[in-house]
Amino acid sequence: MNDKVQEKLKILADAAKYDVSCSSSGGKRKNQNKGLGNAEGMGICHSYTEDGRCVSLLKILLTNYCIFDCAYCVTRRSNDIKRAAFTIDEVVNLTLNFYRRNYIEGLFLSSGIFKDSDYTMERLVRIAKKLRQEHKFNGYIHLKTIPGASEDLIKEAGLYADRLSVNIELPSELSLKALAPEKNYPQILQPMGAISRELVQNKEERKLFKMAPAFAPAGQSTQLIVGASAENDQQILHLSSQLYQDYNLKRVYYSGYVPISDDNRLPVLAATPVIRENRIYQADWLLRFYGFGVQELVNDFYPNLDLEIDPKLAWALRNLHFFPVEINQADYELILRIPGIGVKSAKKIVAARRFTHLTFDHLHKIGVVLKRAKYFITCRGQSLVQKDFSEEVIRRKIIFGENSVRSALVKQQLDLFQQAG
Amino acid sequence: MSVFSYDGTFEGLLTAIFEIYERQEEPVAIVRYADVQPGLFSPIIEVITDLVKAERVWVGLGKKVSHAARTHLYKAFLAEQPRVPLLIYQYARLAFASTQSIEENFATDCVRELAQINKQVFRESHRMEAFIRFQKTADDLFYATIAPDFNVLPIISGHFEKRYADQRWLIYDTKRHFGLYYDLEKVAQICLDEEVADRSGRLPANILEHQETLYQQLWQTYFHHINIPERKNRKLHLRHIPLRYWKYLTEKQPRLS
Ligand code: SF4
Repeated sequence: MNDKVQEKLKILADAAKYDVSCSSSGGKRKNQNKGLGNAEGMGICHSYTEDGRCVSLLKILLTNYCIFDCAYCVTRRSNDIKRAAFTIDEVVNLTLNFYRRNYIEGLFLSSGIFKDSDYTMERLVRIAKKLRQEHKFNGYIHLKTIPGASEDLIKEAGLYADRLSVNIELPSELSLKALAPEKNYPQILQPMGAISRELVQNKEERKLFKMAPAFAPAGQSTQLIVGASAENDQQILHLSSQLYQDYNLKRVYYSGYVPISDDNRLPVLAATPVIRENRIYQADWLLRFYGFGVQELVNDFYPNLDLEIDPKLAWALRNLHFFPVEINQADYELILRIPGIGVKSAKKIVAARRFTHLTFDHLHKIGVVLKRAKYFITCRGQSLVQKDFSEEVIRRKIIFGENSVRSALVKQQLDLFQQAG
Repeated sequence: MSVFSYDGTFEGLLTAIFEIYERQEEPVAIVRYADVQPGLFSPIIEVITDLVKAERVWVGLGKKVSHAARTHLYKAFLAEQPRVPLLIYQYARLAFASTQSIEENFATDCVRELAQINKQVFRESHRMEAFIRFQKTADDLFYATIAPDFNVLPIISGHFEKRYADQRWLIYDTKRHFGLYYDLEKVAQICLDEEVADRSGRLPANILEHQETLYQQLWQTYFHHINIPERKNRKLHLRHIPLRYWKYLTEKQPRLS
């Protein structure tokens, strides 16, 4: 019996691992009546995989039997692999016992489509319900909705889950048609819309009645696979920013395609360079927290992000007319746009300059890294560099002169070669 | 110019600050009794911890800086670094002398240094919240061993109390030889005469609950199966979990069979 659970865990953890989302943040669920668990505040990474990813949740599939045949997915019907399915109680017990030992923050449950969509979705909901109601579990629960599941089930899921996600996977309808013939965009966007409406409505209700039950308090997210199809960064980031706007998404996750499938519908692909995935995440971050618009980062002239330098530096180099920025005067928003200065540094600068006129020495002391920033700022009108370098010169200086970015890049390439064999 | 010595408690340090003000004497150093070096030229003033005096300094600080900033001082103190007491005194002096809050005055050395130390302590406490691994015993106690760089047990207690309100737990700091025990009602500090766990924090098999080893195995299985070997990145891995934390991590122990 125990060996059986071990075996299932191997198969169903393996099958779930390519889903990148492991966030457990944004929860507001507090421990009530001395029950088990608490999901308020920041999510915790309890461990890290050897590839450096955060392990925060027990991320498994309920089953990897699937009636669909999506080309990019290991679980697809036509793939010849071992199949397994957990029982409801097995998932509940694993979650509780891992949680009690402080291994995890909670459960991230997803599934292949067993029999039909509603049949599968109903089981996911039952697991979440059992954890919440029978076991007074207040840890984090993320449920992935099953494509084609009915709206009622999705609504019920939201009563027990902290987060719901509907994965889009492919960044355009065209690729979806080619690679996931049983799926279509409307079918994906419809539940997303339903969740988003429910979220808005629930927020209103809770303004009026404090006791109204919360609906997916950590919101909804989705995942896009990068590099399994031909979309450029501009298309991908436009889609994400639309999703953030129209569907109240908390996060869009990007998963660099790992060639796990030899399905002949896929072009023969190398693994998507990790660096591309990183750049897209950086750009996504700039969209959400730095006040950048998509057009500023990618547009018809620059449809793809620069792999050599980060998107913020790339933007600054294309817009040198905004610089140099005077540290003692510029608005917070503009300080945020200085390459090399992050949210924390920007806040410190704005706080510290209330006490004194800042010099470069002050900046250095409060921990602002000037390596990049020095080309873009003045302190009390002074600059650390000779004036007016051109875009190309700054770029070269940052990439090669300081031998920082260059070695990182070279290193990355070496790593890639190593991976290739 | 004297050396002030105190008993090593936070209240002791606050009392010392009180004494410094009362005597109007600049300290050259503030050290624990045990760390006083005989034969120093400066006279040594031995401070006797006085909760009333300590409280006055604490309350006074609360009027000058936010409560969060004041708590940061305590957290920095838990770093157990020899230079911290003097920094806290300098911070207090700056705060008392100023009409506006100085907590964000990062251009001043003591404010900045304390902020940095506080950050280190915070990071260590966060790591403990993440890396603590409980083992369940036959009498339903969840037991964990830790050996943190700083004395963070006092500040992580609340986190575990909220999270594991329905299970008895004991977290034991083997470096500082004390632990916190939660009995479903409250948390109390305890000392063990003899350590029960072995060097990698494992409890003897005969006191474990019968499914404990199974769940440890399952966790190891899970950990190994979510790895994507094509993306192995040891440097990044070690940055997230430095080697010194591996000792007590179930998933980093030899595979159980
Ligand atoms: S429906 Fe989901 S699990 Fe099934 S093949 Fe498609 S992506 Fe994979």
